Amino acid sequence: MMFVVTMAAVLISLALATFRALAGPNVFDRVLAGNFVGTLAILFLAVLGFLNDRPEFLDVGLVYAFLNITGTYAVLKFFRYGALGGEAPPNEQEETREGVSGVHK
Amino acid sequence: MDALVNLLSWALLGAGSFFLVVGAIGLVRMPDVFTRMHTTSVSETLGVGFILGGLMIQGGFTLVTFKLVCLFILLFLTAPVASHAIARAAIADGVEPILDGPEIDARDGDDLPPLGSTKKVTTAIDASGAEASASVIVEDETVNTGGKR
Repeated sequence: MMFVVTMAAVLISLALATFRALAGPNVFDRVLAGNFVGTLAILFLAVLGFLNDRPEFLDVGLVYAFLNITGTYAVLKFFRYGALGGEAPPNEQEETREGVSGVHK
Repeated sequence: MDALVNLLSWALLGAGSFFLVVGAIGLVRMPDVFTRMHTTSVSETLGVGFILGGLMIQGGFTLVTFKLVCLFILLFLTAPVASHAIARAAIADGVEPILDGPEIDARDGDDLPPLGSTKKVTTAIDASGAEASASVIVEDETVNTGGKR
């Protein structure tokens, strides 16, 4: 019974985080909401395993946790440098570069 | 004993659900990237910690509990790192935090204050300084007119 309540809380939070990910004005709002959705997916897997009396999804949850932090860092690095591989650009380009959030004017 | 363990587990799961939903509501209703990050960190520490703690009590001393402990440690270490990375990227991109409440409505207009909290202080100092200098000028004028007379 309590697992159902926890699952309902996870699903409500998932809906709210999805709204923020779709409506966020910045890129960083979307990245933050995406990170939160990843955390909620891990909780969803854990609670679903206990709800079905088959808690074997926790290994998948561990992999999701690693993928979540790696994906967040990859997206942030891509929006900061414009590429994922190679060397970081020098600082002169950092100064004159336009931001991705649209607040530079 | 079994009922007591179940009660403790249910209490932890209920508290975790509460903090999870509160953090998600804050993620929708907060005005700024940084304040949204603040509420999300509530969900990712308290909500996740309480829910995984309740599941650990339900699991008992099994492999499932060990996996839950690994998951909790992993999330507990990576969630602040991800929040810090997002905040650092937002600051490096030029997103300014909203520092004062009443300035939120004025940010849509043309006269955008650079930082909301410093504006009030400087205007207060300017106003008092202007009043003081004005009173000094008035006194000088009265003295001068008195000398002319």
